[in-house]
Amino acid sequence: MWTYDRKLQYPVNISKPDANSAKIIITQFGGPDGELAASQRYLSQRYSMPFKQVAGLLTDIGTEEMAHMEIVCAIVHQLTKGLSLEEIKAAGFDPYFVDHTVGLWPQAASGAPFTAAYIQSKGDAITDLVEDMAAEQKARTTYDNLLRLVDNPEVRDPLKFLRAREVVHFQRFGEGLRIVQDHLNSRNFYAINPEFDMRKPKSGS
Amino acid sequence: MPRTSREELMRNLQMMSFVLDDIALFLQTHPTDQAALRCYEKYRHLKREAEEEYMNAYGPLREDNVYVTNRWTWADMPWPWERQG
Repeated sequence: MWTYDRKLQYPVNISKPDANSAKIIITQFGGPDGELAASQRYLSQRYSMPFKQVAGLLTDIGTEEMAHMEIVCAIVHQLTKGLSLEEIKAAGFDPYFVDHTVGLWPQAASGAPFTAAYIQSKGDAITDLVEDMAAEQKARTTYDNLLRLVDNPEVRDPLKFLRAREVVHFQRFGEGLRIVQDHLNSRNFYAINPEFDMRKPKSGS
Repeated sequence: MPRTSREELMRNLQMMSFVLDDIALFLQTHPTDQAALRCYEKYRHLKREAEEEYMNAYGPLREDNVYVTNRWTWADMPWPWERQG
């Protein structure tokens, strides 16, 4: 289970609302490479992961992604709280406003709703870890693009933190992949699916 | 002497907690790294101190730390996603 800590992993304090930034940053809540997708990807994959160490990695990173989702939502919330109707209309935030007012709803910047189709849980340790490494890079690129578009230092600061975590998670998943490969036949890592074909898998060393 | 502000104590706690988050992740894939293990021990202690300092001044961070009187007070303090100050 999880226990809620009444704190953000990284502080968010934005003094001025800005609907234009909110419209694009929300993609890291419910978009294809967002934090909701990340958390559900890793936390779904871990159950069938036969190597304990790598299952631990998926649990820890999946949990951190939930904390990142909370940071992204705090950013969007603070960017939309106190907006006037004029500001909402001028920024083109009215299509979101009509459906959700200034509530948080998981969608991509394009308005596409969150879907489980953004993630994969393939039941194959190598396949899943390669997916996870790609996912971290896609999220990193998304933060890079947001940092190209957003000027306010109060908003950029937590975005930079989140970007840096994608880089660290990519590194850790790469090490997880190496740990999995250490348990396999080095002449052909793809000869079997370790989650299905290894009857008595070794626990993570 | 004015007491340390909520923001300062929270910032200190966030720093100490983050060190633990990051080292724990490193230890998942480097379980015998002695320097990292020592670092984890050191910061676990510092995080506990930071947490106690915050909670003593500004209230519980987890529901099971709520001080029970004749009224449930968990929702009295600001939520972490709210703009501070």
